Amino acid sequence: MNKRTSRQDDFDTRRKHLEKLSDEDLKKSFWKLADETVKPLVDLAYTHTTPAIERSIILRMGFSSIEAKDLVEKAIANNLISKGVGHCVYRLSKIQKIDIRSAGLKLLNNEGWNEVLDSFGVKKDE
Amino acid sequence: MNKFDKLDIIDILKDLDKYVPRRRGWTWRIPEKNLNLEGNIYSDASKSLKQSIPLPAAKYFNNIDPQPIQVITTEIASGRFEDDIRRMRMAAWHGADHIMVIRTAGQSHFYGLIEGTPQGIGGVPITRKQVRAQRKALDIIEDEVGRPINFHSYVSGVAGPDIAVMFAEEGINGAHQDPQYNVLYRNINMIRSFVDAAESKKIMAWADILQIDGAHNANATAMVAWKVMPELMVQHAINSLFSEKVGIKKENIALSTVPPTAYPAPDLKINLPYAKALRDFFSDYKMRAQMNTKYMESSTREATVTHVLNMLISKLTSADIQSTITPDEGRNVPWHMYNVEACDTAKQALIGMDGLLEMVELKDEGFLPKKVRELKERAILFFEELLEAGGYFQAVEKGFFIDSGIYPERNYDGISRKINGGIGANTVYERDEDYFAPVTAHFGYNNVKQYGVKDDESPSILINGSTFEDRSKIQYIDELDLEDNVNKRLEETKKYLNSSIIKPEVQWAGDGILIVDITLPTSMKYAEAAALEIAKKMNIIDAEVIHKEKLHDSEATRIQVKGRVDFEINLEELTLPEEPDILSDEEIKEHIKNNPMTIIAGTVGEDEHSVGLREIIDIKHGGIEKYGINCIYLGTSVPITKLVDAAIEAKADAILMSTIISHDEVHYKNMKKTHEYAKEKGVREKLIILSGGTQVTPDLARKNGMDEGFGRGTKGQHVASFLVKKRVI
Repeated sequence: MNKRTSRQDDFDTRRKHLEKLSDEDLKKSFWKLADETVKPLVDLAYTHTTPAIERSIILRMGFSSIEAKDLVEKAIANNLISKGVGHCVYRLSKIQKIDIRSAGLKLLNNEGWNEVLDSFGVKKDE
Repeated sequence: MNKFDKLDIIDILKDLDKYVPRRRGWTWRIPEKNLNLEGNIYSDASKSLKQSIPLPAAKYFNNIDPQPIQVITTEIASGRFEDDIRRMRMAAWHGADHIMVIRTAGQSHFYGLIEGTPQGIGGVPITRKQVRAQRKALDIIEDEVGRPINFHSYVSGVAGPDIAVMFAEEGINGAHQDPQYNVLYRNINMIRSFVDAAESKKIMAWADILQIDGAHNANATAMVAWKVMPELMVQHAINSLFSEKVGIKKENIALSTVPPTAYPAPDLKINLPYAKALRDFFSDYKMRAQMNTKYMESSTREATVTHVLNMLISKLTSADIQSTITPDEGRNVPWHMYNVEACDTAKQALIGMDGLLEMVELKDEGFLPKKVRELKERAILFFEELLEAGGYFQAVEKGFFIDSGIYPERNYDGISRKINGGIGANTVYERDEDYFAPVTAHFGYNNVKQYGVKDDESPSILINGSTFEDRSKIQYIDELDLEDNVNKRLEETKKYLNSSIIKPEVQWAGDGILIVDITLPTSMKYAEAAALEIAKKMNIIDAEVIHKEKLHDSEATRIQVKGRVDFEINLEELTLPEEPDILSDEEIKEHIKNNPMTIIAGTVGEDEHSVGLREIIDIKHGGIEKYGINCIYLGTSVPITKLVDAAIEAKADAILMSTIISHDEVHYKNMKKTHEYAKEKGVREKLIILSGGTQVTPDLARKNGMDEGFGRGTKGQHVASFLVKKRVI
């Protein structure tokens, strides 16, 4: 089943550098390594978004789960997810001076995307 | 609500579109130091319940029901949330205050929220309507028992942030959230999982939801469960620290920890050092102690003992939440009664071990600390190699996790996932410089400055508040599927709702399922077939063997058969035996203390039976002597004249005559004679005369001059109650 041979338990040799550490220092060392592991993951999340994140934003803006799914798919198709899908809805409401829900429903009805694209200077096919 | 009324599912489903949860956030039990219940002093108990169901032996302790300090979890999800609601009520009355709803199979891979109330498989589709209905029911139940109930489900899959928003809006109190679960067990892309998780956790932080991680699954999945111990600590650390960094407060971060092994391994020698190492390293976080499921078979007894040993570890170290696993989970049929049993097991074990650490302590030298240290070092070494490999993602791709070797031993059989593979791969987008989201509790880069939002303001002010500020904006969907919904299911089962028609039930209204427990004096090979044949002759439908246990290779086998009956019982057509009108032990004792009583007792006629009467009288059988009643026992074959004369001489208050032999109605004839003789002596008015025996019918005894007759099944308490009441009148 195993493609590679097993690696023997070399704990006794590997642990040499830990042997002298006090229990308290051991704990500090564990959490320092955890921090080094986790930090890039947090940074990645900080600068990225996903369809699920955008749907959750649309939900919080007062749309149903069905509307949220549809709006996010349309925003991705329009190459606009990197602006934020909630942002697109907000932008259209500002451009057309209409409320958020009306703006979202227009976009769901395939209206207003070009105005949003223009305002961001984004081309659909980019 | 009145405990004698059933929960009304129709009423619960009414006006759900307008339902508003009464609170947000998690609730811990309130400790009550030195709680004194009937003279029993508890060190680690919490505030008692207003109403509850104690364990059976509590009847000897005036029905006290001490509650442990740990929140007690029960997992309920039969596929039909409307039936689960009743089970939640039962569990809460037995001590559960953390109700976890398992999701239906496949929900992890659903893009977006599921709506309505479709039936689930192995769990319940978690939807807004289902959450509202169950939360509304739990509001009623928590008022009944007098303790807040935490409601819990899962924030995972490819719609984690969607679900987190719905949970925040609907007052969910606890949730599992751990991106590693997605990656390792659901094959959801790892980058996607971590990016989603940050948003989910930020939302959970806003809603004050207690988070439980998913590391315990490694134990259940691993080929050699206990060998994943070093890795488990790494998994716990990754999720805990990631959560903290995105904004969840430490006290809302709980580790889901399981004692990794079980009998026939030396349970404590492996599980205790691990539990200790974990609590040393993770002292800032909460502990949700789960029970071992890896080695559960179909024996509920075996599972229960494993779980009690698991709770010994909880008591020797710590547990903020004690989870319970139904002892029938090994059969994949978690039924009503087993949720109740699991809660009772937890309550009994934790209260039974009350104050343990005031009496014993863990050794700080020798085997235990040596093992603890070793596990900690192994975990550190794991982290070191993970970083050398390039970080978490690379380590997963290289199959570091769920390897069957105890790290640094490796067998290269771990679960490996591709960094750019899995469900939802390539769906992560870098945010542009002008990326923006006008909502509360959004994690990460958000260019709010472009619209003039200040640092201390929520971006949602730009839209006059999100649903988190103004819940009237929530779009409630009732049902999407016209066939697969709760209303259709209730139409089928409505004849069992608040009616006098009942069927056996293990999980769903009217399911008609029962278990037959059979011991057969043969080998397992024949016993299984024989048991199914017996079930057939008993008219049990769909019979299947759910448990078999060898009592001996040839002498006997125990079989449990599950099946269904298709008949109903109408409660209105039943003839119920008259309930004896009895006083409590305390009431009887108090009365006798203030009004001493003497009785004369004996078996009359030519009758040498003595056992029945002695059971009614003798203190060692729980007879009436225990209330302080002075009993003069004349023996067997006592002439009736002697009984009455002795009563006169002793100034007795009553005569207890035993009449066992009944041929030719001799027992009734003797009753009549006693009555007549007492009248003749002029003492009938002063004496209470009772007769008892296996063939005595109370009605006929009264017709034959007795004050009362007592038949089969009579206890001392029944007789004493009658004597006290009769004398008072």
